[in-house]
Amino acid sequence: MRTDTARVRRSLPAVLAWLAVAAAPLGAWAAEEGAGGAEGSAKSGADWQSWRAGNDVSDSASLQRGARNFVSYCLGCHSLKYERWSRLGSDLAIPGNLLERDLMPPGDKTTDYITTTMPAKDAEVWFGKTPPDLSLMARARSRDYLYQFLTTFYVDPTRQTGANNLRLPTTSMPDVLSELGGLKKAVFKDVATPGEGGRVGHEQVFDHFEPLAPGRLSDAEYQAFVRDTVNFLDYVSEPTQTARRALGVWVVLFLLVFTWFAWLMKREYWKDVH
Amino acid sequence: MAVKTASGAPARLPGTAPAAQGLWAWLNKRMPIDEFISTQLTGYYAPKNFNIWYFFGSLALVVLVMQLVTGIFLTMFYKPGELTSFDSVEYIMREVPWGWLIRYLHSTGASAFFIVVYLHMFRALLYGSYKAPRELLWLIGMLVYLALMAEAFMGYVLPWGNMSFWGAQVIVNLFGTIPAIGPGLVEWIRGDYGIADATLNRFFSLHVAAVPLGLLLLVMLHLVALHETGSNNPDGIEIKEKSGPDGKPLDGIPFHPYYTVKDVVGIGVFFVLFALVVFFVPTLGGLFLEGPNFEVANPLSTPEHIAPVWYFTPFYAILRAVPDQRMGALLMGLAVVSFLFLPWLDRSPVKSMRYRGWMSRTALTLFVVSFIALGYLGLQPAEGRYVLLARIFALVYFLYFFAMPFYTHFEKVKPVPERVVYRAH
Amino acid sequence: MADSAITAGDGVDLSRRKFLTQATIATGAVGVAFAAVPFIESWAPSERARAQGAPVELDISKLDEGQMTTTVWRRSPIYVVRRTPDMVARIAGHDELLKDPGSKSSKQPAYAKNALRSRSAEFLVLVGTCTHLGCLPKTRFDAGELYPSWPGGFFCPCHGSRFDLAGRVFEGSPASINLRVPPYSYPNPRTLLVGVDEKGAA
Repeated sequence: MRTDTARVRRSLPAVLAWLAVAAAPLGAWAAEEGAGGAEGSAKSGADWQSWRAGNDVSDSASLQRGARNFVSYCLGCHSLKYERWSRLGSDLAIPGNLLERDLMPPGDKTTDYITTTMPAKDAEVWFGKTPPDLSLMARARSRDYLYQFLTTFYVDPTRQTGANNLRLPTTSMPDVLSELGGLKKAVFKDVATPGEGGRVGHEQVFDHFEPLAPGRLSDAEYQAFVRDTVNFLDYVSEPTQTARRALGVWVVLFLLVFTWFAWLMKREYWKDVH
Repeated sequence: MAVKTASGAPARLPGTAPAAQGLWAWLNKRMPIDEFISTQLTGYYAPKNFNIWYFFGSLALVVLVMQLVTGIFLTMFYKPGELTSFDSVEYIMREVPWGWLIRYLHSTGASAFFIVVYLHMFRALLYGSYKAPRELLWLIGMLVYLALMAEAFMGYVLPWGNMSFWGAQVIVNLFGTIPAIGPGLVEWIRGDYGIADATLNRFFSLHVAAVPLGLLLLVMLHLVALHETGSNNPDGIEIKEKSGPDGKPLDGIPFHPYYTVKDVVGIGVFFVLFALVVFFVPTLGGLFLEGPNFEVANPLSTPEHIAPVWYFTPFYAILRAVPDQRMGALLMGLAVVSFLFLPWLDRSPVKSMRYRGWMSRTALTLFVVSFIALGYLGLQPAEGRYVLLARIFALVYFLYFFAMPFYTHFEKVKPVPERVVYRAH
Repeated sequence: MADSAITAGDGVDLSRRKFLTQATIATGAVGVAFAAVPFIESWAPSERARAQGAPVELDISKLDEGQMTTTVWRRSPIYVVRRTPDMVARIAGHDELLKDPGSKSSKQPAYAKNALRSRSAEFLVLVGTCTHLGCLPKTRFDAGELYPSWPGGFFCPCHGSRFDLAGRVFEGSPASINLRVPPYSYPNPRTLLVGVDEKGAA
C-alpha cells in the first residue's frame, strides 16, 4: 500500500510534466499574449548565473512569509534540525498560539527542533538521496545559490522526477514549486569547443528558458516568494546575525574611543623621546 | 629598592598605606618581583626607532592569550566525537548564551594570528633580525611558527565539517610519501584505516592541551632569547655598542613606559579591525570559515575544491605545482623549513634592507609577491594557467633563499650610520 | 645625560600625563568588564538546558491511593503521592514534634503554605531531595513503621532525617527545613503539570 502511494507520488511530477508539455503550445501562446512589456529575467534566463537573492534578514515580515512558505512547501521533506520552534517564534515575533496553529505540525512541542515527518530511509528509496537538512544550507552553498536553485528548474522528460535544474544539474529534487512558478523548458545550443589533438568537441550550453505553463504566481510574485524563502533559510543558518551586527556597531565605536585615548596617552609620554 | 618611573619620580601606589608597602616588601623578599620589573621592563632598553613593523610581536602575544581564553570556554561546550562534534558546534552557535561570539572570536583569532605572525616574520626579513647574535631567537620563533601550524591544522579538524575531514585526509596522507615508514606512519597518526573518530579525538587532546603548553613554553623561550641579545631595529644597528656613562644604550629607551604605552595603541587599532571582521564579516567570504565546512564530514563526498585555510595555501600551491606526489611533499616541507637556514644563507655585511643593495631589495620584493601569488593560487583549482603560474612563483620563492648566499655576498651595500635614524613622533 | 634618548626635564606636564593614563586605564577597565560578560553569561543554562527544564506533565488518574510516583523536573526527583484520607488525618496532631510546622523557613509556593503543604488534600507534590545534603528520602507511609508513634512519612537513609506526610521535618533530624514544594498546577483533574502555576512557567 505504501509502495503504491510512493509509486503514484513518484510518477505524479512526470505525469504533470507530460501534461504540461502537451499543453505547452497553448500555454506559450497565452503567456506571450499576456506578458506584454514585462520581461522578467525568468523569461529568457540566459543571465541566470548573475541572479541574486537580494534578501534582507532584518525584514521580519519577509522572514515570516518565508517561514510560512517553508512549512507549506519544504517541511514535508526537509528538516531544520538545529532550530527550535520556540526560537523561530521569538526571533520572528510570532506569538505561541499562531505558531502552533499555523506553522507547527500537530503533536510537536514548542521546544522541539523542527523535523520533517518524511522517513529518511524511504526518502532515499524514492528520490535516490535523503533530502538534506536545510539549517545550514544558506551558509554551506550561499543565498544566491539557493535563489538560483529555486528559479532554474526546468522540465526534463528524461528524468524520473520529470525535472532538472541549472544550478544543480541532475538534482534528485522534484520541481515542487511548479504550481507557483509555472513550468518552463530549457533550450540548449550546440557549441563547438576546441578539443585535444585538433578535434572539435561539442557541448550543450544553456541558451534560454521557454515558459510552458504559467503558475499561480506572476514572475515578480514568484521571485518575491523565492526571495522570502531564501531569506528565511538565511536567518535559520545563523539566527544571531542581526544581533551580531547591531552589537558590532557599539563595540567598534567603543574601541575607537579607547584607541583614541591610548593614542593621546602615547603621544604625551613620547614627548620625552628625542 | 624603590621603583622609579622614567621621569625619575618614585612610583607610588594609589593611596599609599604602610600596610600595602608592607605586603609588597613581604612578596619581594620571597619572589624577585621588583627585580623583574627593573631588569625586564623599566630597565630593559629597546631601540627608540621602532616603526610599525614592531607592533606584531606584542600583538601575537595578545592573540595567543585571546585564543587560550576563548578556546578554554569553547571546550566547556564542545563535544569531540564523529557523531557529536558538528552538532556541538551548532549548539555553541545557537543555544549557548554568547556562544556565537566566543566561536567567532576563536575562528577569526586563528586567522588573525597568522596575519600577525606573517607580518612579524616579514619584519625579520626586512631588517635582518635573524642575523647574529639573534640566530637562536629566530630558530625558536620558527618553532613557534611550526607549532602554530600544527595547532591551526588540528583545530580546523575539530568542527568535523566536510572540509575538516577532507583537509585532514589530504594532509595526513602526505606523510605517506615518506619512504619506507610512510604508510605505517599515516595509519599510526590516524589511529584507523581512514580519518575517523580516533583521529578527531587525539587531535582534540593535542589541540587543547599538548600544543598550547608547547606554544607557551616556546613563546617564553622566545622572550628570554630576545631579552638576552636585545631587540634589533630598522637600521640594523646594535644599540648596545654605544652606551652612556650609566651603561644604558644611548639610542635605547626603557621598554616601560614607552613601549607599553605605544603597544596599547597598536592593540587598540588591531582590535578595531578585528571587531569589524568578527561582527560584520566573520566568514570573510569563505576565507576564514569555509562554506563546505557548514556541512558535516562525509567520507563519501569530496568537496568540489579542497583547499586548506588561506594561511596554508602558499605551501599548498607549492605542493600541487610539482607533478610527483613525493617530490611535491618534499618541496612543500622544504618551503617551510628554508626559513630556518636564513641566518646562514644571508652573507650580507649589513642587517637592514635600508642599507642593502638593489639585489636584496628585488629579491625580497619578489619573494613577497610570490608568497602572496602562491597563496592566491593555492585557493584556486589546480588547472590550466594556474599550474604554470604556481610553478613559476614556486621557483621565485626558492630562489629567494638559495640564491641569497650569492646576491648578498656580491651586492654593493650602503654605509650604515653610527646612530639610529629617529624622527620624533 | 646629554645625548641620551630620554629627556624628561621641563615641559613634562605630569598632571596631563597622569590624567591620560587614568582615562585610558579606566576606559580599558570598562572594556574588560564588558568583554567578561559574554564569558560569564555563557555559563548560564543554555537553550537546551532550559528546554529540557520545560514543565513536565503527569497523568495522575492512573495513580492508586496511597501510592507514590516519581518524575524528574529540572534534574530533580519529584515525588507525587496520592494520599488516602487516613494519611491526610495522620498529618495533624504532632506539630510539637516538628521543627517548622507552619512552613516558615521552607520553600514552597503560596498555595502550599498550609498544613497539608499542597493545593488539595489528595495529592502531595514534593521535590524528593532531602534538605540536609540531597539524598532521596525513602517512603515510610504506614503508621508505626519506624517506631510505635511514627505517623507515616519519609525517612532519609543517608543521615536519618524524618519527614511527615506533608513533607515537614521532625525534630532530631539533621535536616533543618521541610521538603521543598515545586510550582505546579492541574490543567485538568487528570493531569498534574509540574513547573507551571499562576505565575506562569517557572
